[in-house]
Amino acid sequence: MGELITLAFTAIVIENVLLARFLGVCPFLGVSKKRDSAVGMGLAVIFVITLSSVVAWLLYTYILVPFKMVYMRTIIFILVIASLVQMIEMFIKKISPALYRSLGIYLPLITTNCAVLGMATLVADPSYTFLTALIFSFASAVGFLFVIYLFSTIREKIARGDVPKAFQGVPIALITAGIMAMIFSRFGVLNL
Amino acid sequence: MNNNKNEVLLNGIWKENPVLVSLLGLCSVLAISLTIENALGMGIAFSFVLIMSNVIISLIRNIVPSEIRIPVYIVVVATLVVIVEMLMAAFLPALYESLGIFIPLIVVNCIILGRAEAFASKNDVFDSFLDAIGMSLGYTIVLIVLSMVREFFASGNITIWGNLQLSLPEKVKEIFADFFTDFFVKPPSAFILLGVFIGVANIINNSLKGAKK
Repeated sequence: MGELITLAFTAIVIENVLLARFLGVCPFLGVSKKRDSAVGMGLAVIFVITLSSVVAWLLYTYILVPFKMVYMRTIIFILVIASLVQMIEMFIKKISPALYRSLGIYLPLITTNCAVLGMATLVADPSYTFLTALIFSFASAVGFLFVIYLFSTIREKIARGDVPKAFQGVPIALITAGIMAMIFSRFGVLNL
Repeated sequence: MNNNKNEVLLNGIWKENPVLVSLLGLCSVLAISLTIENALGMGIAFSFVLIMSNVIISLIRNIVPSEIRIPVYIVVVATLVVIVEMLMAAFLPALYESLGIFIPLIVVNCIILGRAEAFASKNDVFDSFLDAIGMSLGYTIVLIVLSMVREFFASGNITIWGNLQLSLPEKVKEIFADFFTDFFVKPPSAFILLGVFIGVANIINNSLKGAKK
């Protein structure tokens, strides 16, 4: 149990998927201008990353490895993710139109979010069991939501500040992210 | 006509640089920019995929129905990435190890799908080929410059490939020993340096525009 908590905490804070692994930086910069859209994107990402990583782990362990097709994993994972996102979109549309209105527009963007394929590729490894793969991918996605939410609140403030013209928008956002990454990396001294 | 071709080629290097101006594919730039060796390896893998995908997509642009074009592009790109992965694992295993998951992640690199959608699906094969070369060079140059800065400020050395290494004389290194810091090896420095790079590129572009007026 303790190990699982350590795994989750490491994935959320110390080795954050955005700030330490550099996965999913495009949507991180793209949808973090407003708090609402950041939360919407974050929730959609949690949904898709957890589901697709678990599916990827199952495919890897029970199909790719026994049939010696590990070299095909990139193609298979990207197809699985694309169709999974499509299915989730249709499912949410049917079940809850309200949720669809708030999450729906982010779903198509997620197919090309490198955090999704990145996490799927990371957990597709013999060192993960079903449970650790599940916890690791879920916690990483929670880390994504956590950081993108914090970041969007900071960006809302920065947007009102007096930033030199050339640094407005993405440059100042990247520098802010760098400072956040510094802070987050210091949690590493907790030495779990 | 000739001018036009030149422009297509040169666009990617500065005016529409995929990283500094279009702000695409930042994940791999942030993650890979530790040594020039990695940057070159990533640049080669990326260029191969981009050039081949632009050419192939330009060839099939009239056959593919527009409703399913994105899945078709993704399959084309993913196939090319698998080819690169297998070649690298076979011939450059050390480099393949150090680039890690960022080789498979070329599939979802926005630059490649972006060029497929914005350029290759609308232009003929030769133009798409030139566009891909320009964009690859633009991407690789940014990656190499960023790596150079990071490695230099971390250790005072610049490793080009394997044992080929440029470094400051030991004397100079001793004097500046406190100046080199492993901060530049850690993730935060990548964010900050790339932010500064993009800002500086904006300053240069703005002043160029001002000069034209």
